[in-house]
Amino acid sequence: MEVTFSKKETFQTRFKTFWKSMKKTKYLHLLALPGVLYYIIFHYIPMYGVIIAFKDYNFRKGILGSEWVGLKHFIRFFENPFFWRLIRNTVLINVYQIIFVFPLPILFALFLNELRDGFYKRFVQTVSYLPHFISLPAIIGMMVMFLSPTDGVVNMILQKMGLPTIYFMADPRWFRPLYIISDIWQHLGWGAIIYIAALSNVNPELYEGAVIDGATRVQMMRYISIPSIMPTIVIMLLLRIGHIMSLGAEKVLLMQSPLNYETSDVISTYVYRRGLVYGEYSYTTAIGLFNSLINLTILIIANKITKRVTETGLF
Amino acid sequence: MVKDNSLSTKILTLIVHITMIFVLIVTLYPVLNVFASSLSSADANNRGIVTIFPIGFTLDSYKMIFTAGAVPRAFKNSVIYTVVGTLINLILTTSFAYPLSRKSLPLKSFYTWLVIITMYFSGGLIPLFILVKNLGLYDTMWALILPGAINTTNLIIMRTFFQNIPHELEESAYLDGANEFVIFTRIVLPLSKAALATVGLYYAVGHWNSWFNAMIFLSDQKKFPLQLVLRDIIMLAQTLQQAAEAGDLSARQELGLINAKGVKYATLFVSMVPMLAVYPFVQKYFVKGVMIGSLKD
Repeated sequence: MEVTFSKKETFQTRFKTFWKSMKKTKYLHLLALPGVLYYIIFHYIPMYGVIIAFKDYNFRKGILGSEWVGLKHFIRFFENPFFWRLIRNTVLINVYQIIFVFPLPILFALFLNELRDGFYKRFVQTVSYLPHFISLPAIIGMMVMFLSPTDGVVNMILQKMGLPTIYFMADPRWFRPLYIISDIWQHLGWGAIIYIAALSNVNPELYEGAVIDGATRVQMMRYISIPSIMPTIVIMLLLRIGHIMSLGAEKVLLMQSPLNYETSDVISTYVYRRGLVYGEYSYTTAIGLFNSLINLTILIIANKITKRVTETGLF
Repeated sequence: MVKDNSLSTKILTLIVHITMIFVLIVTLYPVLNVFASSLSSADANNRGIVTIFPIGFTLDSYKMIFTAGAVPRAFKNSVIYTVVGTLINLILTTSFAYPLSRKSLPLKSFYTWLVIITMYFSGGLIPLFILVKNLGLYDTMWALILPGAINTTNLIIMRTFFQNIPHELEESAYLDGANEFVIFTRIVLPLSKAALATVGLYYAVGHWNSWFNAMIFLSDQKKFPLQLVLRDIIMLAQTLQQAAEAGDLSARQELGLINAKGVKYATLFVSMVPMLAVYPFVQKYFVKGVMIGSLKD
């Protein structure tokens, strides 16, 4: 009895101190309230809404009133003849991004580091950020126009060289290269910022010492610059790998047409099409849930590896 | 100092400069070409001879898009969405970031977890769509503004900035009888102009360039933002082109009629111009934002 009593008392006193400090900071909590409400409404309610993946969602009956159907929608997705195509397209674009898009900002940052501070360096850097500020519709719009088979400049050049016209935007074989090249174009400069920052934090004495020792620029890059940004590279890489199963619908949708579905249809665009265009809410929510669970798993594994390699994780 | 005249250094220098010049050309040429084409005559555009200088200079394309069609209205919509959206973003982001920046706030870890979890898990597109419909936001401008009212990265940038404001300032104001709300609005916010500008511009660029939310949450074309109109123009051109290639004669005719290339280029350029105009001046703030945003707690 006495034990529980004292436990209760400590709970009470604890609650009292908590309440007192809450009162003392009431304005801060009041300030936080809109933010908290925002996260609950626009993030947590949709998380709760995920249960329609296990139901046959009916607009009239609502999320609660609709009938449970178990794993029906998941099984339907796994048995879908397009299942492997969607997985393959999603993963392949990500793999190509890691192979081709990921290393180039690092190289660009290293090269930029070789330039002396001054107008030229600042100019290149500023220009390299430019595509980051252009919207996706504009970028894809430029692509469509430059690559047009009838009046695009690229095909005009091909014609002059006596080569056959290429229907770039309609040809499934060209979808991935175009996606990757435009990604590089858009993100090269901006993606380099973090490595430029890491390079600017290298102790200049290291370079000075290397110069005295007679090291060449290439040797300094290899033995000082690259090792000093290695932790940043590893973290960025693992972060990137953690998202290998996710790919936003926005860019793909802009480049997609039924003619290139073979290589362009990814999980997110399929969810968009079947869900919002054809109204199959439960089925596509199930697909989305399956996708985010796999993502989360990969991310946790990637984080474990990061922690082991660099002793700092993402969470 | 020892001069480094080795062959490897010379080769490296050469490669570096070639790369830089290549980046400059590849980045600038498309944008300059779009601009030049938008100012060129239809004839020059159809012959594909425009490079980075207008040929047969004319403002007709701009006159056309700004006197007729969806562009003027869409431009106005985009301005409204950007201004109102950014204002709401800033109010919500700062007012939540401030409590999160205070070390000894009770419930702070609860608030932090509430935010962090959303970075790794979300309900996905469809549940969000159902929510927006159920809240009655569908086909209103609020559907473009409220679901993204706080961006978690920007929240973290803002919080990091607040954390670095000397706490003594707030302490002394507190002793003078000011409450936290007064401290926040009268002391902290005025000291945070640089961060407000950075985060505000991040949000503004996001609003100006966004089109996907407009596509799924708006059905009334009169409410479309510029980027969505641009996308429709491009998509229409693409579809017509594919039909024309497949031998559809009427499509070929229609393509000939609307294919004022200059008009497409002008629309494209108008959609980019506000961002192209501001970014050289604000990019250094943006860069700082990226670096703070990539810090982990």
